[in-house]
Amino acid sequence: MIGDVFTWLTDWSHWTDTRFDTGIITQLLAHIRFCAMALAIAMVIALPLGLFIGHTNRGRWLVGAANALRALPTVGVLVLLTVIISPQFQGRTDTGFLIPTVIVLVLLAVPPILANTFAGVQNVDPGVRDAASGMGMTGPQVLFRVELPISLPLIFSGVRSAALQLIATATVASYLPLGGLGRFIYDGLAQQDYPQMIGGGVLVAALALLTDLVLSTVQRYVVSRGITGRYSTKQVGAPDPRLAVVTEAEGARA
Amino acid sequence: MIRFDAVTKRYPDGTVAVDELDLEAASGRITVLVGPSGCGKTTSLRMVNRMIEPTSGTIWLDDQDTATLPTHELRRKIGYVIQHAGLFPHRTIVDNVATVPFLLGTDKKQARRTAMELLERVGLPEHFAKRYPAQLSGGQQQRVGVARALAADPPVMLMDEPFSAVDPVVREQLQDEFLRLQQELGKTIVFVTHDIDEAIKLGDQVAVLRVGGRLAQLATPAELLSRPVDAFVAAFVGRDRGYRALGFADAGTLSTRDEPTVVLGAPIPTGTDGDSWLLAVDGAGAPQGWLDLGADFRGHDTVTDELLYRGGTLATQGSTLRAALDACLSSPSGRGVVIDEGGALIGTTTSREILDLIEAHEPERQT
Repeated sequence: MIGDVFTWLTDWSHWTDTRFDTGIITQLLAHIRFCAMALAIAMVIALPLGLFIGHTNRGRWLVGAANALRALPTVGVLVLLTVIISPQFQGRTDTGFLIPTVIVLVLLAVPPILANTFAGVQNVDPGVRDAASGMGMTGPQVLFRVELPISLPLIFSGVRSAALQLIATATVASYLPLGGLGRFIYDGLAQQDYPQMIGGGVLVAALALLTDLVLSTVQRYVVSRGITGRYSTKQVGAPDPRLAVVTEAEGARA
Repeated sequence: MIRFDAVTKRYPDGTVAVDELDLEAASGRITVLVGPSGCGKTTSLRMVNRMIEPTSGTIWLDDQDTATLPTHELRRKIGYVIQHAGLFPHRTIVDNVATVPFLLGTDKKQARRTAMELLERVGLPEHFAKRYPAQLSGGQQQRVGVARALAADPPVMLMDEPFSAVDPVVREQLQDEFLRLQQELGKTIVFVTHDIDEAIKLGDQVAVLRVGGRLAQLATPAELLSRPVDAFVAAFVGRDRGYRALGFADAGTLSTRDEPTVVLGAPIPTGTDGDSWLLAVDGAGAPQGWLDLGADFRGHDTVTDELLYRGGTLATQGSTLRAALDACLSSPSGRGVVIDEGGALIGTTTSREILDLIEAHEPERQT
């Protein structure tokens, strides 16, 4: 069975488009497109909202409400929205299916980003916040120069978990007549072509892992070393004996 | 100068944190606000830079009513140091120090150069500049906190229990260095603490507040110790008042007697002439400890470190009566060791002589 899946995945003809079939590359790009759209929209909604709620401590109920959204059954909402929306779009475009799909995915991605952004800002040490405004930072300066950079690790973990969830869930787009990696899973199931079905699943998992890797790399470079604790070895190792002496003297004094 | 003019803070639930406070913090001086929890000392401090808005009354910064300035402008003119330093964890030490100059739009290079000078001033070596706050100990962080408050050279500094979160040894160092720094800089400082000893050590004047936010007494530390106005202040100032008050009494130049000494590493002298304690000094003449000649020296030929009794304190010539008396009381031989500024031995004195000085000093304190 594993061999069959491997054969299916390594068959180059499955990767390119043919007259009858859409290949893996095209479906992969379609999959990435849904996810990227949904993630972008979710971030545009959830990041400013989370920062605002965390900074002002007003509207906390919104975070709870967004979390409640997670209880919605994705496929159910997708069908409902499709029934409502797709009749508005007639013709050869797939907009009528794309909009419900993206809405469902956005609903899925907003809660983790919102909750983590809010929690990140809320968790900033009150002493740090006090010092920031006490030294004369205005509200927005406190938010963008202090609270936001300090919350970045939590914000990133929200975005990463949203991205993973999106990539896994975007397969439902294929429940509608849309592309994406879900196509192989649904078609494989319908045709009892299990190597194709499992191959689709493997592709989704691989995409998810790759995305997380990319995001974690970005995080590495965006988050301050003072917060991650990855101090440059140049200062910590202190191979220079002169430096070591000073460090000891300082240690004795403080 | 900072002047509180009938300043009251009343919270919506009716709690009065500060009640009609009148107080003047003189320019170039340290004014310490001290009192038990809930006496409104921190609230009073935070009303100066309007982290808390007064309900009524006016706080003057020189001739300016603080309520007339936008809060962020007011705060940039006032240095602010808090208990756990509150450093920004995502910024390097040098950038933490340069926070206010950055806010004021100072050229980045210039701001960092000033920040480096300040780090040196508060006793942090240069290579700390590129580190992050999490890499520093609590005491070091607090030094950075002080440097950061000084960065824009504000005439006024507010300090909210800045040294209370570090261990006693580091606290004393920080206090000493803070006093030295203040001698150079001459800032107008309002300092909040719950520790009366710290208040007495640091304050040019001390304001004791009682619960409910009323001023109980405003006085110099010496006056506070010798003449507390009421039972509350007396109880708060605490025990050993008389002894601690000696810490403000100049001993003048102590008359000393020469003390026979032995240098570390020299052979142990034999034959005692009635007195069994011999003072050991190092090569530079700095007292190291007392040698008990009556003890058993088996296994030792020379005077070494481990044979010495080191419990005695040293009094510096020209210090206070308290230090002088303590040197006598803590010395096993009963003779208090007096040293010069450089740490070299001058001679010894006795508690009887110091007590005579205290007696002579007494009438002066009573007036």
